[in-house]
Amino acid sequence: METGTSRVKRGMAEMQKGGVIMDVMNAEQAKVAEAAGATAVMALERVPSDIRAAGGVARMADPTIVEEVMKVVSIPVMAKARIGHYVEAKVLESLGVDYIDESEVLTPADDVFHISKEEFTVPFVCGAKDLGEALRRIQEGASMLRTKGEPGTGNIVEAVRHMRLITGQIRKVQNLSKDELYHEAKTLGVPYDLLLGVHESGRLPVVNFAAGGVATPSDAALMMHLGADGVFVGSGIFKSDSPEKFARAIVEATTHYTDYELIARVSKNLGAPMKGIEISKLDRSERMQDRGL
Amino acid sequence: MRIGVLALQGAVAEHIRSIGLAGGEGVAVKTVEQLKEIGGLILPGGESTTIGKLMRKYGFIDAIREFAGEGKPVFGTCAGMIVLADKLEGAEEPHLRLMDMTVARNAFGRQRESFETDLDVKGIDTPLRAVFIRAPLIKEVGSDVDVLCSYKDEIVTARQGNLLACSYHPELTDDYRLHEYFLKMAEEAAAKH
Repeated sequence: METGTSRVKRGMAEMQKGGVIMDVMNAEQAKVAEAAGATAVMALERVPSDIRAAGGVARMADPTIVEEVMKVVSIPVMAKARIGHYVEAKVLESLGVDYIDESEVLTPADDVFHISKEEFTVPFVCGAKDLGEALRRIQEGASMLRTKGEPGTGNIVEAVRHMRLITGQIRKVQNLSKDELYHEAKTLGVPYDLLLGVHESGRLPVVNFAAGGVATPSDAALMMHLGADGVFVGSGIFKSDSPEKFARAIVEATTHYTDYELIARVSKNLGAPMKGIEISKLDRSERMQDRGL
Repeated sequence: MRIGVLALQGAVAEHIRSIGLAGGEGVAVKTVEQLKEIGGLILPGGESTTIGKLMRKYGFIDAIREFAGEGKPVFGTCAGMIVLADKLEGAEEPHLRLMDMTVARNAFGRQRESFETDLDVKGIDTPLRAVFIRAPLIKEVGSDVDVLCSYKDEIVTARQGNLLACSYHPELTDDYRLHEYFLKMAEEAAAKH
């Protein structure tokens, strides 16, 4: 009997495929998310748009919130640790969370190194905006990836850019010759073996979700259309006018992302989605996607 | 033999791959109409609460009960096993209520308690590598249910006529013998009709 094997950790993410993982800030929201059909919840003290608004240093949530959420739902519970914050991750593991997001949404604790995730029994998800970041996180032991997008903006453009970039880079790598692959590994700053795997399989070795800017059912379906395995929705649900309706509609649109009549139907009378931010209005220093490369 | 994999949420591609390795043809099933085109159905791993809700929403509960009622085989893995059960431990509503068993969800604990191990399964001659992820267990079975495998005295694989269920994920390894076993069930069912 072996726990924490790569198959067990990556397999857990495989079971989330085609699903929606929702940010929640308390037990009540967690129940709303579960009832709407979320495949997991991310327990947080503040959703990204509030983190953005509040400024200052964003840290791991109070364990009380995480435990409270774990108590009321039967679906997996994820929680965020700061990039490079080994101890926050160990604390979350000790609480028994099912997945840790080493997340750029929180203020990084280490501006060079990520957590060595291999040695944990609990699996990790990390953000990536290009193939180099994606494979570096996998090398460190991430069992699941997500696009970084630009969290808390309600603007899908960055998630789209990151998903397109990664799939485009994968297509390019597939067509490289062996000598070109050595050079590409050096250029991307990734281990050759992982790049060779991508060259041969034409895909990442772990599940890759969309995250960072999903605000509507159509946004979720668009990311599935672009090749995402599933969707994280952060501020998009509980910052909308009617969280329950948005949550249910986003779940259905993710499952049936090619059924446009269905998406039209579930998009009716939802009320206002979260208020978004135009990316060009965002100061460079406020961009979360530039954290943890 | 064409085998459908219910594709509302979960590890669909892995089952399609395993069915292919076992010599069948796997297809993703998203609508009830597609049930007419397949000889057997796999209910994959995923989140049973999500899958159950979407099944209700799109009319899959009655349609799959009818499908199984015609003698066509259904195979539930992990969440799929939960969906097949007649009873669930705790207050939870059962879904398809097809297989005469009581299933406990998350019976081994949380993700950190998830594991892999070798199992001796009746009908498969050498040990099968099994990946348990927040896995359910069969707590009780009716007299028509044949227990195919137990792990630490708990039932993890069972069959009731044309219904097959396991707690773990045979689709996450390259060992496709349980899929082969299911394909044979589908071929035998087709031969009868």
